[in-house]
Amino acid sequence: MVQDVADKMKKTNLTVLCAVRASTVIGAVLMVPGCSGLASAPELDKIAAQTLSASFRDQGVAKVDRLVQDDANRECSAADTAGKPIDAQIGQRIEAASLKSVKAPSDGKFLGDWKAGEAIAQNGRGLTWSDAAGSANGGNCYNCHRISNAEVSYGTIGPSLYNYGKIRGVSNPESAASKAIVDYTWGKLWNARAYNACSGMPRFGHSQILGEKQLKDLMALLLDPASPVNQ
Amino acid sequence: MKRTLRLASLALVAVTALALLASAGSSVAWAQKSTADGIAEYRAMLQDGNPAELFEARGEGLWQKKRGPKNESLQKCDLGKGAGVVKGAFVELPRYFADTQRVQDLESRLLTCMETLQGFSAAEIAATPFGQKEQVSLEGLVAWISSESRGMKFNLPQSHAAEKTMYEVGKRMFFTRGGTHDFSCASCHGSDDKRIRLQELPNLTRQPGAANGFGAWPAYRLSSGELWGMQRRLNDCYRQQRFPYPGFASDVTIALGVYMGVNGKGGESIAPALKR
Repeated sequence: MVQDVADKMKKTNLTVLCAVRASTVIGAVLMVPGCSGLASAPELDKIAAQTLSASFRDQGVAKVDRLVQDDANRECSAADTAGKPIDAQIGQRIEAASLKSVKAPSDGKFLGDWKAGEAIAQNGRGLTWSDAAGSANGGNCYNCHRISNAEVSYGTIGPSLYNYGKIRGVSNPESAASKAIVDYTWGKLWNARAYNACSGMPRFGHSQILGEKQLKDLMALLLDPASPVNQ
Repeated sequence: MKRTLRLASLALVAVTALALLASAGSSVAWAQKSTADGIAEYRAMLQDGNPAELFEARGEGLWQKKRGPKNESLQKCDLGKGAGVVKGAFVELPRYFADTQRVQDLESRLLTCMETLQGFSAAEIAATPFGQKEQVSLEGLVAWISSESRGMKFNLPQSHAAEKTMYEVGKRMFFTRGGTHDFSCASCHGSDDKRIRLQELPNLTRQPGAANGFGAWPAYRLSSGELWGMQRRLNDCYRQQRFPYPGFASDVTIALGVYMGVNGKGGESIAPALKR
């Protein structure tokens, strides 16, 4: 295995070297067969991709197949690297496909137990290589969001969700008047890219991080008028 | 003599600081004060005795000691400024090395020296878990070598084509979304004034965040009582990102070092720092 890693490194090294030598062509110093011209952006993309696949290995539940990007991750990473917002048409394509991926609750009930939801929001465990396979995953919600007023240890990567339902006028989540916001919230939790192509939020339902019951409990935390979030 | 006395008192200071940290972490009052303020207070309290000094002293000894299958010291190791030159080397790494034809960071360069000068197997050390066997030697070495550049300004070279290539590769790595949660480095470290829970997050794409973040490692971690080099820091970032396991001294980790270090140009090195 040690040898395997060493071989992989050697391979990447050659690729980098190829780009290096290619870029010295300007000075007519060296020509390496198979390399031509300066390292352009697409060539650098290729070197980066090869570097990525040569640098990681499986550990516990975290396997190298996690490096394979889907359409949305590939497009959003490229836009981030370029420091530009995603192309409008590509963004719309990602949002449409993401919205299609959303699965409504099998029994038609969107809200569970806000107390269980609070525990899921607090829990930041799951799916790292140091987590056991098959253990229930947390939602990591407080890492990025302010949620209930009592929890002062919250992150600011995402917007505040304090008073989420109250601000949106949800007094009865079962009512027809609340349907649009209930559907939107479910979709956001299931696959946040349905509404924002390059959202930084994990796709909790789509990527099977949280199960249907856990998502319902988080829905209750956000939308149940009895939840501390809406006090 | 003075140094010995200071070192002897360090362990006690570290335990006191840790207890203080634990109690502060659970109180609401703690939330009123930023984490950075808290860390700054610990630093002031420990300015005359960062436990990293214990590792620095060990590293200085390891540099000079004849070890390994070839029973040699590391005193002829070239860290980029000529054989045996340690002062100022840290703030110019990672950089390109002609003998290996690779861009190397401090830890991967030390592996090269340990293999060529002392006869250790670099691949074997790279495959050794953190905190064990020769990885422990590396903790001391990176602590001492970085301390020899304390107060100097980061100035990574970008003149060689390989260094430029690695910067570009590192940039792409930084923004690569993946894993079960679609996280990239930028999810946490791509904008100003963000926090994860109460922990403030440096923006590593520009100053002053880049030098503050990159320039703090190696660091002594109060919470675990360990000395972490940049390799271990990046390894734990990737763990929390839900990525697979990055090889020790793999090109991804070195490319990220180039990206952060170049972004942090002109910032002052405080390594080995004191961290939560």
